[in-house]
Amino acid sequence: MKELKITPIKEGTVIDHITAGNAVKVLHILKIPETTTSVVSVVINVASRIGKKDIVKIENRELDPKELNKIALIAPKATINIIRDFEVVKKSKVQLPREVFGILKCPNPTCISNAREPIESRFYVISDDPPRIRCYYCEREPEDVVDRII
Amino acid sequence: MDFLGRDVISIKELSKDEITSILSFAKKMVPYAKGEQQTTILQDKVLSVLFFEPSTRTRLSFESAMNRLGGRVIGFADPSGTSQKKGESLADTIRMADSYSDAIVLRHPQEGAARLSAEFATHPVINAGDGAGQHPTQTLLDLFTIKTEKKKIEGQNVVLLGDLKYGRTAHSLAYALAFFGANLTFVSPESLRMPKEVVSECKEFGVEPVNTSHLDKAIKEADVLYVTRIQKERFPDPEEYNKVMGSYRVTCELLKNGKEDLIVMHPLPRVTEIDPEVDATPHALYFKQAFNGVPVRMALLALIFGRKTL
Ligand SMILES: Nc1ncnc2c1ncn2[C@@H]1O[C@H](COP(=O)(O)OP(=O)(O)OP(=O)(O)O)[C@@H](O)[C@H]1O
Ligand SMILES: [Mg+2]
Ligand SMILES: [Zn+2]
Repeated sequence: MKELKITPIKEGTVIDHITAGNAVKVLHILKIPETTTSVVSVVINVASRIGKKDIVKIENRELDPKELNKIALIAPKATINIIRDFEVVKKSKVQLPREVFGILKCPNPTCISNAREPIESRFYVISDDPPRIRCYYCEREPEDVVDRII
Repeated sequence: MDFLGRDVISIKELSKDEITSILSFAKKMVPYAKGEQQTTILQDKVLSVLFFEPSTRTRLSFESAMNRLGGRVIGFADPSGTSQKKGESLADTIRMADSYSDAIVLRHPQEGAARLSAEFATHPVINAGDGAGQHPTQTLLDLFTIKTEKKKIEGQNVVLLGDLKYGRTAHSLAYALAFFGANLTFVSPESLRMPKEVVSECKEFGVEPVNTSHLDKAIKEADVLYVTRIQKERFPDPEEYNKVMGSYRVTCELLKNGKEDLIVMHPLPRVTEIDPEVDATPHALYFKQAFNGVPVRMALLALIFGRKTL
């Protein structure tokens, strides 16, 4: 039980089955450590039945829908486990909606979504894994999706 | 077919039946567009024509179309005199125009501007070109021209010539021609080839476009030669530009290798792509094509206002 090298958490979230090597990106979009003083444990390149994976365990934090969508772009196979009183009380796979709002920036400099307009960025999700997206405004398909996350 | 209140942002949002019905209504508009017959079906309507970027042809043909239908036009031809200069957002300008008029025609240098405008307007928005993005009424008038001259679009051998990489006209037209089952040949310098996304869209409709750099060969079987402008800025080396322009110039000499009823089209303005000596030949369709912008835009305007008869 390699994973139990880490201290169990009482309340919080375990993000499991993160694409190996992407845990740091997940921490980055969750603004960790800047926005938390609780314990966060990270496991990178641990062996599992789906091959190597990363795991992020965050005490005293639940994720909002925008954060979940960002994780789905970084780690399409991730599982979100909600921990209460040391037990997994809820488990779900991340799932991208058909459109995502305000979590990506269009790389096209002349796209109207990059002008000073009262709108959020908006992208169609063309495929989940690997994630492919198309800008609702300029209709371009950025290739480096993860680097476009705000 | 209900166009009432519809936004027209991209040609891809129109079905085959919808495009066909716009084109057949446009045909009925021709004598009205020429002023041979009169109508006042849009006399109760005001159209905003907002051009954030200059364009003579598109703007004048929209204004003519609205006037020929008895409607009225407000707007501007370039944004220098507007509060955009003072930093107003496009969204706010649109909200204002929306409250002053019954529909908005928009030309803007940024991609997605028309899509954004449609979100803030309660009335229909027609995209008259958004940067390198969409320009659906240009595509409609191109289709109308081919259909009028050749009776049908399906099965026509169409050669698209010029800057196929950056030219939005060429992208939308390739899509629409493939949609209607035309045979496509793309002629361009190596560095200005049709983007692969456009090619794969054509393939989805079962059309296998031919890519070539040789205009003289491509022209032999062509029914339509569609010429687009090659911008000098695309070439880092002026020598290279001159070479390309030399080999893609459409002359009477070149047209001798083509069919007798080959038509030559161009979205205009042209610079040196077509020799003026071609103007006097029956091949030259580009001025008629420019005129066709009026009946096509008349048809579209009438339809979005729910007027299906004259
Ligand atoms: N109290 C806890 N503190 C820290 N991590 C925990 C705690 N409870 C469970 N986990 C971790 O959460 C993840 C999911 O736990 P679970 O017991 O559901 O494992 P599993 O059956 O392997 O789940 P899955 O089928 O999703 O792989 C595992 O990585 C586990 O180590
Ligand atoms: Mg497991
Ligand atoms: Zn964009």
